[in-house]
Amino acid sequence: MDSVEFRKDFPILNRKMNGQPLVYLDNGATTQKPEHVVRALCGYYGGCNANPHRGAYELSVKATEIYEQARARVQRFINAARPEEIIFTKNATEALNLVAYSYGLNFVQPGDEIVISVAEHHSNLVPWQRVAKQRGATLKYIYLEEDGNLSEDDIETKITEKTKIVAVTHVSNVLGLVNDVRRVADKAHSVGAVCVVDGAQSTAHMQVDVQKLGADFFAFSGHKLLSPMGIGVLYGRKELLETMPPFLMGGDMIEYVEEQDATFAELPAKFEAGTQNVGGAAGLTAAIDYLEQFTFARIEQIEKELLDYALPRLRELPFIELYGCDTRRNNKTGIITFNVKDVHPHDVATILDAQGVAIRAGHHCAQPLMRYLGQNATCRASFYLYNTREDIDRWIEALQQVRKVMRL
Amino acid sequence: MNGLSEIYTELIAEESRNPENRRHLPHPTCCEKGHNPSCGDEITLELEVQDGRIADASFTGNGCAISQASASLMINLIKGQSVEKAGSLIALFQRMIKDEVTDVGELEELEDAAALQSISHMPARVKCALLSWRTLEKALDKPGRG
Repeated sequence: MDSVEFRKDFPILNRKMNGQPLVYLDNGATTQKPEHVVRALCGYYGGCNANPHRGAYELSVKATEIYEQARARVQRFINAARPEEIIFTKNATEALNLVAYSYGLNFVQPGDEIVISVAEHHSNLVPWQRVAKQRGATLKYIYLEEDGNLSEDDIETKITEKTKIVAVTHVSNVLGLVNDVRRVADKAHSVGAVCVVDGAQSTAHMQVDVQKLGADFFAFSGHKLLSPMGIGVLYGRKELLETMPPFLMGGDMIEYVEEQDATFAELPAKFEAGTQNVGGAAGLTAAIDYLEQFTFARIEQIEKELLDYALPRLRELPFIELYGCDTRRNNKTGIITFNVKDVHPHDVATILDAQGVAIRAGHHCAQPLMRYLGQNATCRASFYLYNTREDIDRWIEALQQVRKVMRL
Repeated sequence: MNGLSEIYTELIAEESRNPENRRHLPHPTCCEKGHNPSCGDEITLELEVQDGRIADASFTGNGCAISQASASLMINLIKGQSVEKAGSLIALFQRMIKDEVTDVGELEELEDAAALQSISHMPARVKCALLSWRTLEKALDKPGRG
C-alpha cells in the first residue's frame, strides 16, 4: 500500500509502545514529524539562530529570511492574496483568540449576534462566549442535521442582519465531516458579517484555498500538519487586519514609542509582538515542502481507503457505536469517533494502549457537541498518510479485547 | 496486554458497575462535586455527617471504571468512620497512589480500596483513581459540614 512509502520518513513509527509495535491513530491531536522537519528545526538552531528583524548582522538577516520565507510559503500554500495576510501565532487557538480579542471586542456592539456551530472545538467557542458576554452580544448556534452536517435551516435562519461574526470549523474534530464553508461564508457576507474558519483539522488533509472558501479569517496549527508544536497561522483579509488594533503589545510591533503613547508597525508585524518562533516557522516550511511533493488528492485517497477499509469492519462489531459516520454527503475525512458499549472511553484507550494502539478518549475539547450527541465522552481514531491497513487490523483486534478485559 | 489484568481486576470491573452506592441520600448534610476537566469524569458525593461521624455516603456521576470503582470502594470504607479517621484514610490512599507507601502492611487499613494500588504505575490514570478521594477531602474541609 501507498502509505508504506511515507513511513520511512517517520522513524518514530518504528518505536514500540508497551512492548508492542506502535499503531499511531491520534493524528487529529497531533501528527508525527517527518525527518525533513526535524532536520529543518535542528538546522535552524544549529546553524542559523539569531533574533530576526533586529540585528544588522548576517546571522540575524538569515533568520529574518527564513522567517519571511515561511510566511511566503504559507501564503502560497493556502492561496492568500498577500504575504502580510499571514500572521504567525503559536497555534490555532491563539489565532482564533487574536480574532476574538482584536476584531470581536472592538467591532461587536451590544445587541449584535455571533453565530457559531455546536460542533466547534472549545478554541472556536469559548473566545466567542467571552466576546458575547463582554460586548453584550448574543451567541447563537447552528445545530446539526441527523447525519451530523450543519443544519441548512439554521444556516439560513440563524445568520441575520444582526450577525457580525460567523465562526465555523472547516472539519469537525469529532465528526470528521467537511463543512460547506463557502455556503456559510456566502450567507455571512450577505448580511455583512465576517466569516472565521477554524482549519485545525483540514489544512493537513486537503487543499485549502482561503479565497475560494470565502474565509475572512482562517486559523490552523502547524503541529497538526507535520510541523513542530508552537507555530500556528492566522490568515486574515488585509482590509480587516488593517482596521484591527494590535492583540499583544511589545517589541517588534511598534513604530514609535513615546512615554504615554505608541504607534504601531504595519502588517504583519503589528500582530507579532516579541521574538517569534523562527525554528517553528522553518519546520513549517519544511512540512509544507514535504506535503507538496505529493498531491492532496493522493493524501485524501489514502485516508479514504483507510476509512473504507475500517468502517465496514467496525459496523460488523455489535458492541461498537459510531458517530458522524452516516453522512449523506461525500464529506467524511479520516476521523472515526466511536464507543464500545458499556465501557468508558478512557478504559477503552487504556486497553488499546496496552496493545500498542494510540487513540484519543474524552470530550475532545467539544463539550457542547458531546452533550448534543448525548455522550459524556467518546473514543476517536484519526488517520494520516502514514497509516496502513495493518494499523486498522491491529486497532480492530485490540477493540475485540476490550469487553473481555472489562469482564463483560 | 501486560499489566491490564492487574488494573482491571474482577473486583474493580464489578465494583465499577455496582449500583449499591450509586444513589441519592434521603438527608444529606453535604453535597460536593468533583470533576476532572481534562477527561470529563465527574461525580457528586453526598454525605450525611452526624456528631463527627459519616453516618451515610453515596455518589452519582459518570466516568471510567477506575474512577467509578474507586468512588464505590471509598464509600464502603468511610461509611461509619469518624471524620478524622476518614481524613487519615484519604491521606493513606493518596500516598498509595503516589507509590509512597513502603510498608505494604499499612494498606490493610484501606481494605478493598487497596486493589487500586496498581494505578500507581499508570500515571495517565492517577487522576481517575483520586477523583472521589479529592472530592471527599474537599467536602470534609468545609466548615459546617456536620
